[in-house]
Amino acid sequence: MRLDTTDRALIEATQAGLPLVPAPYSDIAARLGMSEAEVIARMQAMQARGVIRRVAVAPNHYALGMRANGMSVWDVDDSTAEALGPRVGALDYVSHCYLRPRARPVWPYNLFAMIHGATRAQVEEKRAEIAALLGADCAQNDILYSTRILKKTGLRLRQKPRADQQPDPYPAPQPEQG
Amino acid sequence: MTDEPDATDRAILNALQEGFPISPRPFAEAATALGITESELIERLRSLRERRLITRFGPFYDAAAMGGAFCLCAMAVPDADFERAVEQVNTHPEVAHNYARDHALNMWFVLACEAESDIARVARQIEDDCGLPVLLFPKLKEFFVRFRVAA
Repeated sequence: MRLDTTDRALIEATQAGLPLVPAPYSDIAARLGMSEAEVIARMQAMQARGVIRRVAVAPNHYALGMRANGMSVWDVDDSTAEALGPRVGALDYVSHCYLRPRARPVWPYNLFAMIHGATRAQVEEKRAEIAALLGADCAQNDILYSTRILKKTGLRLRQKPRADQQPDPYPAPQPEQG
Repeated sequence: MTDEPDATDRAILNALQEGFPISPRPFAEAATALGITESELIERLRSLRERRLITRFGPFYDAAAMGGAFCLCAMAVPDADFERAVEQVNTHPEVAHNYARDHALNMWFVLACEAESDIARVARQIEDDCGLPVLLFPKLKEFFVRFRVAA
C-alpha cells in the first residue's frame, strides 16, 4: 500500500473530517491546488486499496446511550482462532477484534474483542453470547473495564494541532489500534 | 433546539454510518436516498456536530496504511506507584492512548511509532523508567468489524 506525497497531502487535509459544503472534494482540491477529479479518483483508489476503510459518520455512541464498554479477552484454541475471529468481529456490538500473542502465565488470552452496550449488564450479556459462539474452542475468558482514561491523543499522520479539531469530551473507546 | 436527535437525525446517523459517496455532489446523493434536500442534510450534519452527536465525519484511514507501527502494551503497576508510572509512561510522545483497567495488568497503552523497530526501543525505555516489565501485544491478525450504533 504505497502512498505518494499527493496521497499523504490528501490524508492530512481530510483526516480531521470533510467540509460540510455541497462539493466537499472540490473544496479540498482547491486547498491543495489539485483538480476535483483527481481528488475523487485518488480517494476512490485509496478506498479500493483499504487505506480508506470507509467515508462515514462516527456517531457519538456515548451520547446515543452506549455508555459501557469492556475489552473482552478469550483463550481460543490456536487451530480454530482464525476461523472464529471473523464471526466475533461480525457482531454489531464489537468495535475492534484482533488476534494477539499470549503472555503466559499471566496472560493466556489470544483473541481481543471490544464490546459496547448501554450498561455494563448489557455488555456482560453480549460477553455471554460470544462465549456461547466460541463454545468448547475457548478455554477461558475475561473482561477488562476501563476505570480511567490516562491519555488520549488521536492516531494522526502529523501531530500538529488543528483549529478545526476539538478534543473529544466523551470517554469513547478506541483503545486498540495496535 | 433540543439535543435529542429527531427521527430525521436518527435516519441520517444510521445511513451515514454505512458510508458516504466519493463523488462531485455527495450530499445531494446521500440526501436523495434519505428523502431530504442537499441543504437540509448539510444543515443537519452541522447541527449534529455542534450538538456533539457525531464525533467525526469523513474518511476513516487505516492507521497502519498511513505509515507507522503500532503496538498494544500492558503493565502490572503496584497501586502505590501508579500515579508516578502514569507520568513516566505518558511523557513518551509515542504513547497514543493509555487506559487504567481493572485487572492485575492494570495499565494498557498503545505505542504509535514511525518504524517497527522503534516499538521495542520505546518499550524498553518505559521499562527502564518505571522499573516494571512491559508486555507487548502486537496485532497478529485483525478481523473485519461491522460495529454500528443504532441511533
